[in-house]
Amino acid sequence: MAHVLEVRNITKKFGAFAALTDVSLSLDRGDAHALCGENGAGKSTLMNIIGGVFSATEGEILIDGAPVAFHNPRQAQEAGIGFVHQELSLCQHLSVAENIFIGRLPKKNGIIDKEKLREDALNVLSSFNVDFDPDDLVGNINISEQQIVEIARAVSLDCRILILDEPTSSLTEKETENLMRIIRELKSHGMSILYISHRLSEIFEVCNKATVLKDGHYIWTKDVADISSDDIITAMVGRSISSIYPPKAESVGEEILSVGHLSRNGYFHDISFNLRKGEILGIAGLVGAGRSEIMRSLCGIDPCDEGSVRLFGKELGKNDYRKTIDEGICYLPEDRKLLGLFVEMSIENNIIAADTKAVSGNGMILKKKAGSFAARFVKELNVKIGTLEDPISSLSGGNQQKCLIAKWLAPEPKVLILDEPTRGIDVGSKVEIHRLLRKLADRGVGIIMVSSELPEVIGVSDRVAVICEGSLAGFLSGDSLTEENIMRLASGKEAV
Amino acid sequence: MEIKDLGRSLLRKRGTTVFLIIIASVVFVSILEPIFLRWSNIRSIMIGMSSDGLMTIAMTLVLVLGGIDLSVGSVAALSCVITGGLYLSGMDIWLAVLIALAVGVLVGLFDGIMIGKLGLPPFIVTLGMMSLARGGAYIFTQGSPLSLSGAPESFRFIGAGYIADVPVFFLIFIVLAAIFDFLMKHATVFRSIFYIGSNEKAAKLSGINVSKVKIWVYIVSALLATLAGILSLSRFNVATPSLGSGAETRAISAAVIGGATMTGGVGSVLGGVLGVILLNIVNSALIMLNVSVYWQDFVSGFILILAVTIDFLSHRKKS
Repeated sequence: MAHVLEVRNITKKFGAFAALTDVSLSLDRGDAHALCGENGAGKSTLMNIIGGVFSATEGEILIDGAPVAFHNPRQAQEAGIGFVHQELSLCQHLSVAENIFIGRLPKKNGIIDKEKLREDALNVLSSFNVDFDPDDLVGNINISEQQIVEIARAVSLDCRILILDEPTSSLTEKETENLMRIIRELKSHGMSILYISHRLSEIFEVCNKATVLKDGHYIWTKDVADISSDDIITAMVGRSISSIYPPKAESVGEEILSVGHLSRNGYFHDISFNLRKGEILGIAGLVGAGRSEIMRSLCGIDPCDEGSVRLFGKELGKNDYRKTIDEGICYLPEDRKLLGLFVEMSIENNIIAADTKAVSGNGMILKKKAGSFAARFVKELNVKIGTLEDPISSLSGGNQQKCLIAKWLAPEPKVLILDEPTRGIDVGSKVEIHRLLRKLADRGVGIIMVSSELPEVIGVSDRVAVICEGSLAGFLSGDSLTEENIMRLASGKEAV
Repeated sequence: MEIKDLGRSLLRKRGTTVFLIIIASVVFVSILEPIFLRWSNIRSIMIGMSSDGLMTIAMTLVLVLGGIDLSVGSVAALSCVITGGLYLSGMDIWLAVLIALAVGVLVGLFDGIMIGKLGLPPFIVTLGMMSLARGGAYIFTQGSPLSLSGAPESFRFIGAGYIADVPVFFLIFIVLAAIFDFLMKHATVFRSIFYIGSNEKAAKLSGINVSKVKIWVYIVSALLATLAGILSLSRFNVATPSLGSGAETRAISAAVIGGATMTGGVGSVLGGVLGVILLNIVNSALIMLNVSVYWQDFVSGFILILAVTIDFLSHRKKS
C-alpha cells in the first residue's frame, strides 16, 4: 500500500547554502512520526516544504503514491495537509467558531449564519473533549486551548496529515498532557502526524517512529519502541567539532562578576554563577528556557525579584541599565534587526549610540571625535564599509553584527554579554567574531555568550552553564563539555 | 569629482529638493506678477508663516521621536486666551505670559507622562489634548474673542513690531529654528531623539532613558506651541479661542515635506522650515494670481502628496 505521505530525496538550497540534502521520509495512516534535530538541522525547512511554504530544489513529495507539487500553503491544505505553526495564528478578538471557519464562514442570504457556524464548530470540537464554547473569544481561552483551536481548524479542513511544530513549547505540564491525549485520539482515528519537539519525553509518549536530521542530512528513521532517548541525542549531535574555533583559555584569573540567587517570578529561578578574568562563559539551553531573560535582569534592563549581581565584589543597583553600562557591563541583544540596529541611521551613529558621552564636549557631539572613534572600531573589527556616513542597512548581516559589537566595545566594558552573537551571519564573520571574543577575554574582559548553536557554545566557551526551564541545570567544562551533555541537561536529564 | 559628489549628496537631501521648488515657484510667480517680490509682500509672507513655523519646529521634533503632537494648534489657542484673559483681568502682561508658559509646560508634561511613562499611543493622547486645550480655550473665553485694547508697547513689539523692517515674530521664529536645527544636528541629548525614533527597543537597550527623553520632547513641543499662541496674541491684539485651528495638519505637512517621516528617526528642522516657507509662498502666490482662496487647501494637499511621492520613488530606486 502506498504511504499517506512520502518525501523522496528532498534537497533545498538557499543560494549556495543547502538547508536540506537528500532527505527522505514516509508517513503511514495513524503514524505519529517525530522529526528530531538541533536548531538549524533543517526540520523547519522540511516542514515548510511539506506545508507548501517553500518549494524543494530537488526531490519529490507523494501523497497516496501520487506525486504532488505545492506552490503555496493553500495547495498543501487542499491536498489534506494541516500545518500548526509554533507561533499561533489566531485572531484574538474573534470567537473560537469564527477562527475555525475563518475564510469559509457559512452564509445565509449574504450574511453570516451564526447558528450553522456554532453547530459546525460544535461538531468539529466534539472529538476534542474541550471545556470552552465555540462562542468564546479566542483571547479569553488559554494557550493550550488556542492550540486545540488551531488543530481543530486543520482537522475541519479534512486534513489527513497534521504537522505540529513545537506544539508544547509554551504549554504547562498539564496542558501538555491534554494535548498528548488529543494527539492519541487523532491517531486512533487514522490521522497521520508529523511531530516536532525538543522535548524527548513527548516523543516517547505519543510517537511510534522517529527520524533524525543533522545539518540538513538524513541520519536515520527508527521505531520509537526500539530506541532510547540517548540514541536520539547521539544521532542529533554526534559529530566532532572542527578546528575553526580559537584556542581555549590557558588560565583564568580573579573573579570579575558574581551572580547570586537571581530570580524573577515566572521567568527564572535561583540562578547563581560567577565569571573569571580571561574566561568565556557559554550559556546554553533550549529556546525559551529563559537565557535572555536572565541576562536582561542581570543588566537591569528587566526587573528581578531576588538575588544580587556583584562586579568586582561591588553590588550593582537594580533596574538602571544606563548605570550598569557605566559600571562596565554591556549586553548585546539577540535580535539584530528588532533590538539592535538603528536601520535608517549611519554606521557612525550606530557605533556611538551606547556611549555618545565619550564623543561629546559641552553637550555637543564632536563630529571629528565621533568619526575617529567609530573608525578605530571599524578597523579593529575589520568591518567592511564604504564610509562611516553610509546607512548601516547598506552592510551585510555579518558586518552589521560587527558594528553592533563595536558599539558595545565603545563603553570599554569589563563584562560583555553577547546573546546569539553569530546568528544568521556568514561563516567568515562568525570565525572573526569568535576570535575577537577570545582576544577580548585574553585582554581581561569577562565574556558571557548565550548561544543556541551547540558547536559554537562548545567551541568557544571555556565553561558552559546550561539552563533548563528557568533553572540552572548545571555547569560543563573540559571533557564533560559535550553536545550530548548539553542536550541532556537542557532537556532536564543528568549529564553523563 | 568632489563637486560632483557634493552635488549628488545635496540632491539626495530633501531640503535641497524643497529649496529648488521654492526658487522655481518664486521665479514663476514673479514673472507672472512682479508685485510678488515687493518687500511689503515678502514681509507679510514672513509674518504669516511664523506661527505655523514655530509649530512645525515642534512637530519635526515629535515626528523624529516617532510620535506626533496633534495638540499644537489648540495649545497655542489656550495660551493665547490665558495670556489675554489674565491681562484683561488686570494682571501684568508679562506675568500673564509666564503663567501661559507654565501651563504649556504642564500640558507637555501631561502628554509626555501619558506617552513616555504609561506608554499610551501619542496619536490618541495628543488627540485628546487637542480637544482638552481647545475646549479649555472656549470655556475660558465663553466662546467670544477678547479684544486686548491698551496692551503695553513692549508686548505688542514681539508679535507686531519690526527690526530693520523685518517682523520680530519672524525673527524669533527663524532664530529658534536655527537653534533647534543646530541642536538636532549636534547636541548629544537631541541625538537620542533620533535613536528612539529609529528603534525604540534598541534605544532602550543602548542605555537611553526613553521615557525621560519622550517627556521633555513633548514639553518642548507644547512650549513652542505656547509661544506661537502668545506671539499671535501680540500680533493680532485679540485673544481668539479658535486660533490655530488646523495648524497641526499644516505643521505635519510642512515637517513631512521637509523630510520627516511618520515612522520616526528621520527629519530635520531646516527641512521643516523650508516646508513651511514653500506652503506659505504658494498660498501667497495663489492670492497674488487671483486664484480663489478655496484652492489653498487643495494645492497644499497636492504639494504634500507630490513631495512624499517623489521621495518614495527616489528611495525605492536606490534600494
